Amino acid sequence: MKRNTNDMRGFNRNRFNDKLFKYFGLFCTLFSVSILGIFIFSILIQGATRIDWSFLTGMPSRIPGKAGILPALAGTLWVLVLTAAIAVPIGTGAGIYLEEYAGKKRFDRILEINIANLAGVPSIIYGLLGLEIFGRWMGMGGSLLAGSCTLALLILPVIIVATREAVKAVPKSLREASYALGATRWQTTWRQVLPAAAGGIVTGVILALSRAIGETAPLIVVGALAYVPFIPSGPGDEFTVLPIQIFNWISRPQKGFIINSAAAIIVLLSVTFLMNITAVYLRKRWQKKVKW
Amino acid sequence: MYKLVAEKVNVHYGSFQAIRDVSLSLPENSVTAFIGPSGCGKSTFLRLFNRMNDYIEGFRKEGSISFNGIDIYDPKIKLDDLRKKIGMVFQKPNPFPKSIYENVVYGLRIQGIKEKAKLDHSAETALRKVALWDEVKNDLKKSAFALSGGQQQRLCIARTLAVEPAVILMDEPTSALDPISTAKLEELLHELKKNFTIIIVTHNMQQAARISDQTAFFYLGELVEFDDTKEIFTNPKKEKTQNYITGRFG
Repeated sequence: MKRNTNDMRGFNRNRFNDKLFKYFGLFCTLFSVSILGIFIFSILIQGATRIDWSFLTGMPSRIPGKAGILPALAGTLWVLVLTAAIAVPIGTGAGIYLEEYAGKKRFDRILEINIANLAGVPSIIYGLLGLEIFGRWMGMGGSLLAGSCTLALLILPVIIVATREAVKAVPKSLREASYALGATRWQTTWRQVLPAAAGGIVTGVILALSRAIGETAPLIVVGALAYVPFIPSGPGDEFTVLPIQIFNWISRPQKGFIINSAAAIIVLLSVTFLMNITAVYLRKRWQKKVKW
Repeated sequence: MYKLVAEKVNVHYGSFQAIRDVSLSLPENSVTAFIGPSGCGKSTFLRLFNRMNDYIEGFRKEGSISFNGIDIYDPKIKLDDLRKKIGMVFQKPNPFPKSIYENVVYGLRIQGIKEKAKLDHSAETALRKVALWDEVKNDLKKSAFALSGGQQQRLCIARTLAVEPAVILMDEPTSALDPISTAKLEELLHELKKNFTIIIVTHNMQQAARISDQTAFFYLGELVEFDDTKEIFTNPKKEKTQNYITGRFG
């Protein structure tokens, strides 16, 4: 009997630890979420009233109350489209090669390790690389194209990894079924593997792009301008983007510009939230459609 | 007339030898069952005939395998052409995440056939052969996953038939099915063997006895005995075969 009560006590201590950890975990979660909440709340209080049609469609100005973000917003959208156009074909292509075609040879393994390392390189290093290669060597200068190429490089590893994960998740039985019916490797990849992996790939691409449009450092290095009184009309034009506009305003002494930058942050956050929600939605939809 | 001939075949995966010196000749329009305990090499041997093992790391083959007198491991042989002649049905039903119709015509679409009339005709013929047509003719646009397991497996067979192969390899096709679906599938095999050469891997000895004309018994990568099914089950020549079919080991 005595032994039994001891056992019971041990049991209780474990339960106490269990509870303790549960509340600790809850505290950690609430802490990080509330920090984010406070941040968003204070930004909203400062900037929400400043957002109106003229702010979205206005040109920059010396007077805070008249300044708008149109060039920066247009620049961000340009960068978004160009970066996607460059990074998506190359990134998914590389991901598919590594997963479906590459063997276990030394060369392929070296490629793999390097791509994993690339994802950890600080973004400013990519900026310097882009400045040298795209800006100077290839003569693109501080153009939209140079900035987009640089950001494409930056998110390539993320897209490659996302593509590989999505392709890897496609069951072997699906490939075998296709091969057994006389499909070639290309037909199997194109008709079975890619459609089945599309959800994961698209999600990865959107998340990578939403990271790209938030980047500031590499674009400053490449030569994006802080003051752009025009809307870029082609990939060869000079440009600015929202994060640079925000950075520029927030470093001014006038109170009005601080409010402007809060408003611009709300716009930038809205764009990235929208993209992330789209990614989640697409993932859910594909999960429902594809099952085995 | 022998359809498939294997001569002195050895298979290695890296340093592991999966098949040891197996020679075997299979006649046309018959059902051959491969039996034996798990890991005896029967699936590996089956997958040699449509070269499905080629994708496995470290796979190495010695000896020759011929189909209608042609060496199928000749470097000039195109895998996609070979697999149009030698189809395969897998252990677990593995329909494509597409409609029933698209599943059946997949093998034709990848050959570049586009005429709707031709595809429709092939789909109906194949689905009738597996006795699935009446059950699905109004739901051809529905997802293949809406079907039951047994129906899915019959769909996978229909998909293979639509390509019009000469040989059908089946790797434990009923192991994931309920008894009623299994019975239906065995009945189907009797029909199919009129026009196709069938090899079926099974670990169910009663099934082998019910459906096959010849039976090959594999043990630890070796072909122990190969004979008419009746002979194997009533009058086995080797003691090991006797022990296996009487359930003394498995």
